[in-house]
Amino acid sequence: MHLDHPHHGPAAVSADAHRPDGSRRALRIGLGGPVGSGKTATVAALCRALRDELSLAVVTNDIYTREDAEFLLREAVLPPERIAAVETGACPHTAIRDDISANLEAVEDLEDTVGPLDLILVESGGDNLTATFSKGLVDAQVFVIDVAGGDDIPRKGGPGVTTADLLVVNKTDLAPYVGSDLARMAADAKAQRAGLPVVLQSLRGGTGVADVAAWVRERLAAWTA
Amino acid sequence: MSRAALLVLADGRFPAGGHAHSGGAEAAVKAGRITSAAGLEDFCRGRLHTAGLVAGALAAAAVLGVPPGDLDAAADARTPSPALRGAARRLGRQLVRAARASWPSAELDALARDFPKGAHHPVVLGVTARAAGLAPVDAAYCALYESVSGPATATVRLLSLDPFEATGVLARLAPELDRAADTAVEAARWALDEGAGALPAASGPLLELGAEWHAGWPVRLFAS
Amino acid sequence: MTAAGVRAHARIVARADGRGGTALPVLDGAGPLAPRRTRASGDGARVMLVGAMSGPLGGDRFRVEARVEEGARLSVGSAAATLALPGQAKGEARYAVRLDVARGAELHWLPEQLISAAGSDLSVTTRAEVAAGARLVLREEQVLGRVGEEPGRLTSRLTVRVAGRTVLDQELRCGPGAPGGWDGPAVLAGHRSVGQLVVVRPEFAERPAEARTLGECAALMPLAGPAVLVSAVAPDALALRRVLDEALALLG
Repeated sequence: MHLDHPHHGPAAVSADAHRPDGSRRALRIGLGGPVGSGKTATVAALCRALRDELSLAVVTNDIYTREDAEFLLREAVLPPERIAAVETGACPHTAIRDDISANLEAVEDLEDTVGPLDLILVESGGDNLTATFSKGLVDAQVFVIDVAGGDDIPRKGGPGVTTADLLVVNKTDLAPYVGSDLARMAADAKAQRAGLPVVLQSLRGGTGVADVAAWVRERLAAWTA
Repeated sequence: MSRAALLVLADGRFPAGGHAHSGGAEAAVKAGRITSAAGLEDFCRGRLHTAGLVAGALAAAAVLGVPPGDLDAAADARTPSPALRGAARRLGRQLVRAARASWPSAELDALARDFPKGAHHPVVLGVTARAAGLAPVDAAYCALYESVSGPATATVRLLSLDPFEATGVLARLAPELDRAADTAVEAARWALDEGAGALPAASGPLLELGAEWHAGWPVRLFAS
Repeated sequence: MTAAGVRAHARIVARADGRGGTALPVLDGAGPLAPRRTRASGDGARVMLVGAMSGPLGGDRFRVEARVEEGARLSVGSAAATLALPGQAKGEARYAVRLDVARGAELHWLPEQLISAAGSDLSVTTRAEVAAGARLVLREEQVLGRVGEEPGRLTSRLTVRVAGRTVLDQELRCGPGAPGGWDGPAVLAGHRSVGQLVVVRPEFAERPAEARTLGECAALMPLAGPAVLVSAVAPDALALRRVLDEALALLG
């Protein structure tokens, strides 16, 4: 009987595309993946690539409160008020999937304090291959793995690898040193993902984060259309 | 009313942010005051009869219809640590979100509107229980149980404590929790007539001091 | 047992004398609670509570009231620590402190420690009503047991209201018969001295004090109102006093 007032106060429905004032909220993209695969480096590179054309902010979910946030601050990829850290109680996957309330608070606070925003990147704490973001928290998710973590990860699959909207195979420059077969990783990923896109990237050379940035721009175009 | 609503609300998986808070256990573990299941039990017993009792009475009073604004001010006065007041309001705001999705009600809408930064968690818990058709004693149980289950779960993670031992601690505290729930409801009924000042004000100095100490750490696993 | 216990009542009223000083038109009390005017420093009045007998004992009822009227300044101390002892009369002893500070007035309430001796049973309630624009420094220290003995049972509730709004309401219960866990890691963890220092200043409304910790067992905490609480636990009374003094100095 009270459902006819959906926009009183903070949005009650997390996936609601509108803010309490009726304006469209920012697109939220989650970045997840195992420890050390290069999530934070990818977030930093994305911020540098997009910050001049978009209004953006970042939420980090490190296992220890502020490590990733501090990294982004040190790298000065965004002003400090655009970076928020969420504590996860030693359970980073819970904070992005099962109980997203603290992350929702963080993204809404960012929109309130530094908005209007076009894009919010939500970075998960390093976790396992089953950790995915709730659709109530993000509109799209990127799963970041790397060649050094073993070239059999795409074949093994798991929810992150198979269902993420974008799979990033990072650190391709290291493949010759760790004996990873890039062609095999690409083929396995393709087989696992039923047509969903895969990007192989090295942030140390070549086109860097350009492919991921292009994918983000496409997402944003679809979101604001 | 639906008694089963209590199970939904008290479920540790209810998505209201509690999992990221240790209820002071992270500070107590680091200070070396919790090193075993026995230490956890002592900690939980102390928290039950102090912060837990106050939370239980606040929640029960909210179900009885004591104005949330009065209860929120009473909670402020009973929480000298600014770190704990901040944590209680953040948890309150997170609970309001989950509660409005679960039991839509005009009172929860008003609470979200009147406290944009969040009301104290036990007050929101009481208004939620009211919206769910629960009784004052249900809200008191919920608040009291959370006051001990949070630290128990956190200690399992912090000390790699045997989870069976931690659950045993909670089970052993059950009879005391029953009595505390009765005390909380009785106090809440007083508050209905006498005002929120009549609510219990039991305090644990080390809970407040530990929370301030914890808030200053650059690196921690839990939000409080 | 028919012994009824002692009833004692002390009253202090401080009033601006119109010449920049403070007069004490009311200074009542006898026996265990005798207030004495002592040499003042500056323009405030100074009073010392002199206990002519030990106490409070079981069944006793003590009450101290101090009212500081508009523009007056009063400082109250005690000549010695208050020692709660077991009594002949049944039941708990009660000690009520009621402080009232008017607009533009200032009260420093700095008694010596309350010692809860083994076998004693005391309930203390301290209520301070502070008007908008008034100033208060209030210190309470509880020592649980004399050296080497178990503490008695102690309930201590401290309520501070500023401009009609409660900014602090805290109750500590400890000793035999107190709710479980009182000496555990959430409450006292074996510490035998515990203290509270409340400072109310109108300027905190504009510029709240910064929260800070003084080690792991003491903290200066801005309250939800123009006041701060310094809370501390310590192994003994001396260490406690040191940290409370340090915190007061930090506030300037």
